[in-house]
Amino acid sequence: MSKILEEAITVVSPEHCKGCGLCVISCPQDVLFQIDGFNSKGYHPADYTGEGCTGCGMCFYACPEPAAITVYKKGAEHDAA
Amino acid sequence: MAKELIKGNEAVVKAALLAGCQSFYGYPITPASEIAHAGALFFPRLGRTFLQAESEIASINMVYGAAAAGERTMTASSSPGISLKQEGMSYLAGAELPCLIVDVMRGGPGLGNIAPEQSDYNQIVKGGGHGSYELIVLAPNSAQEMADFTRLAFDLADKWRNPVVLLTDGYIGQMMEPVEFGESVGKLPRKEWSLTEGFNMDENLVSSIFLDTDELEAHNAHLQAKYRKIEAEEIRYEAYQCDDAELVLMGFGIVSRILRSVVDRARDEGLKIGLLRPKTLWPFPKDAIREVAGTANKILTVELNFGQMVDDVRLALNGSIPVEFYGRQGGNVPTVEEVYEVAKTHLSAAADVSA
Amino acid sequence: MPKKLVLERPKGFYEKFERKPGDKSNTHYCPGCGHGVIHKLIAEAIEDLGIQDRVIMVSPVGCSVFVYYYFKTGNIQVAHGRAPAVATALKRANPKAIVVSYQGDGDLAAIGGNNILQAANRGEHITVFFVNNAIYGMTGGQMAPTTLPGMKTTTTPYGRDEDNEGPPMKVSELLATLDGPTYIERTAVWDNKSIAKTRMAIRKALQCQMDGKGFSMVETLAACPSGWKVDPKNQYEWMLENMQPFFPLGVKKDIRDERESWHRTPRDNSAEEVSEALDLNVPDPKLFPSEYKKDSYRNPSIKLAGFGGQGILSAGAMLANSAMEQGYHSSWIPSYGPEMRGGTAYCFVNISDQEIGSPTVSHPDVLMAFNRPSLEKFEADVKTGGLLMYDSTIIDVEPTRTDIEVLAVPATKIADGLGNTRMANTVMTGAYLAQTGILSREAMEQTIPKALKRKNLVDANYLALKAGMEFVENQ
Ligand SMILES: Cc1ncc(C[n+]2csc(CCOP(=O)(O)OP(=O)(O)O)c2C)c(N)n1
Ligand code: SF4
Ligand code: SF4
Ligand code: SF4
Repeated sequence: MSKILEEAITVVSPEHCKGCGLCVISCPQDVLFQIDGFNSKGYHPADYTGEGCTGCGMCFYACPEPAAITVYKKGAEHDAA
Repeated sequence: MAKELIKGNEAVVKAALLAGCQSFYGYPITPASEIAHAGALFFPRLGRTFLQAESEIASINMVYGAAAAGERTMTASSSPGISLKQEGMSYLAGAELPCLIVDVMRGGPGLGNIAPEQSDYNQIVKGGGHGSYELIVLAPNSAQEMADFTRLAFDLADKWRNPVVLLTDGYIGQMMEPVEFGESVGKLPRKEWSLTEGFNMDENLVSSIFLDTDELEAHNAHLQAKYRKIEAEEIRYEAYQCDDAELVLMGFGIVSRILRSVVDRARDEGLKIGLLRPKTLWPFPKDAIREVAGTANKILTVELNFGQMVDDVRLALNGSIPVEFYGRQGGNVPTVEEVYEVAKTHLSAAADVSA
Repeated sequence: MPKKLVLERPKGFYEKFERKPGDKSNTHYCPGCGHGVIHKLIAEAIEDLGIQDRVIMVSPVGCSVFVYYYFKTGNIQVAHGRAPAVATALKRANPKAIVVSYQGDGDLAAIGGNNILQAANRGEHITVFFVNNAIYGMTGGQMAPTTLPGMKTTTTPYGRDEDNEGPPMKVSELLATLDGPTYIERTAVWDNKSIAKTRMAIRKALQCQMDGKGFSMVETLAACPSGWKVDPKNQYEWMLENMQPFFPLGVKKDIRDERESWHRTPRDNSAEEVSEALDLNVPDPKLFPSEYKKDSYRNPSIKLAGFGGQGILSAGAMLANSAMEQGYHSSWIPSYGPEMRGGTAYCFVNISDQEIGSPTVSHPDVLMAFNRPSLEKFEADVKTGGLLMYDSTIIDVEPTRTDIEVLAVPATKIADGLGNTRMANTVMTGAYLAQTGILSREAMEQTIPKALKRKNLVDANYLALKAGMEFVENQ
């Protein structure tokens, strides 16, 4: 079921993340962090705090992995889980 | 079609253009420069690419690019330049890219001189580059064959997806002889595997890297299987007066012309001498050599080096009959008389053995 | 371009990295590697510019050797440093393709230094993405030409010593001094702003090629956290502190506005066009039968010798050519290799009704000597019963052999009488024709216009030929 987003969100795919932390540094809103747990490759994947993303896209461009980060801007369609 | 009296080096260029060669990437070196000169003259007339590259290394890699794009493409050089091309030739063989490389051999090692030698045999036929690969090697001995083998080279290269070398020398390149050129090929079919704009390029990859050990082993097995097929299908040679020959002379390129005169003289004198001339140095006509060894009791290999092809002759015969060697170096080419005298000594020795 | 609402995996990448062993959706790069960031920017640009089906990516040797795993484009993997040479030919073969050479600093600046320099100078219509991480990543963190002074690498364990290894190489500035390239910019991926600039530069560089404006290159300073042994979280600080002073960012050259658009359409040549261009459209020669006058004149090996400039080689070529047109086997070979030394030029011509073996012989059937040194040097070689012809105007000695036929021809004098001493060679050929009968005058006349570069000399040479023949006939 997809819905139109009223706020931007950033989604990190933990299995595609290498835990480098570059997205965390890049985020002007400081709304990304790395979790204490590990993904299957042994990295601490990044995650979104769930609040405060402006959809600026900085994290997307700072991330070296093609599929680790997706940024949904305000007005985008998103599968609400 | 009318014949043209033309130098072997120029015949290569005309034949290449008639064979649909689209690009020439070269770097000057005597005695191969004439091929580049003719290339520079004729390729642009047909809107095709002639580029003098910054080095032999660059030119062989340009050939790699052009071949990957599906073009019939060529380069020409001489011994020191060929040494520089070796890495590229290994890549071409590994990536299975068809192309023509002309080597107009000169004297070595080092800067040597610009006079004819045949001392690139090993670096071309035995694969001077890294890896287990084979180049198809054609050895013309006339201006006509410079033209014919150029056409053949492009056909074989495409048929087998393999680089082909025209291994020749300054004599064959400089000599003018009547040449009859074939017809111009029409539009050639597009190569499915090539990087051709407009044809699903994203499905194609040209590469020689196989990181996985098993994959590289499989790739090599595939190459070797291909080489065995080429050996079965593409051997070419000329046997002249071999049927009853007691002594068979072997040589390629300019040497084979001299040997032919030696045979003619010998036959005039009633001496049973024949000539076996490989036209393909790889694949090497091993069976033909074994066959002449059935009647002959000795083989004399003559080369412009210290003995390179002779190793392959010996391997083919595996000791069944003696194989002798006569060579000149430094750019000296033996005269007919000289070889004739040498041949006679071996003939009498051969007769002694059989007596 | 409509503003994107979702920033996701760009379509310039394959949906799945099928060529990659193991994980098909991650890259093979270390965490935090600059290559990954640059890849993403390129993949996005390819998608946004709508050129995915036209791009050919050239994978170098270095950590980015597997560029072909990722980009949904034509792909080719090439030898270390040679990407610009390969790209040169790919583009010439595919003028409509967008050819991209992706290279590291070892690949581009060290081993491939000359290749990038020359491709840039030729103004090749290619785009180069040059990743400067100041180190060799793939082979274990060795020094690159761009390694910073004092920087420790596995081959500079005491730090790069400028006295020993020289200072870091500024490739963009170097290439920008050339007239060939169109657009060169150095960017970095060390913070949001610099990444945004790199993103724009990559687009400009590709657009430059799409517009046919010539060579474009973006050098991007990027991190190699593994090679530097720096935690990715600190790498940007490290770059700003260490790389920025040596590698000033900015546009180094941009003459896109001044460049004419280049477009090339490959053309198919008709068979007619090819024959025409190769000068093959010559009519079959007329056959003019002739008969040799003596058995010993049959199938001759002829040596022509004299000073360079006496037309020795062209006289030989004329003989070989008319022999061919008369249906004989023939060969012509100039003095070559060690024989070339010492001022005398000579060539061998063979004419035969049999296939020709050795193109040179020790004992020619015929010697045509055009100067005294040639006579003195080669007289002894003439085969017993052979024919020696010499220019008796120039040569003031007489041959001594008695076992051969000797014919003195005042060739230079006869030619002089016709107004040009340089036609002595044609006079001599005429004399040879009349003496032996082996070639007909008509065949030779058919050949002369083809053999002469200066067409205004054709008629004069007909006369010279005739005069040479008459000299013999009137003897
Ligand atoms: C002819 C040749 N010499 C050396 C190598 C080994 N080699 C592989 S990658 C490399 C260095 C690449 O460094 P760089 O271009 O800086 O790329 P990076 O790995 O840093 O991305 C070298 C020397 C090779 N493959 N071929
Ligand atoms: S889009 Fe901008 S605000 Fe949102 S998480 Fe990424 S960097 Fe932070
Ligand atoms: S930048 Fe990408 S790979 Fe690195 S931590 Fe963030 S999401 Fe993971
Ligand atoms: S070694 Fe350096 S350049 Fe290579 S993948 Fe790792 S971080 Fe990237």
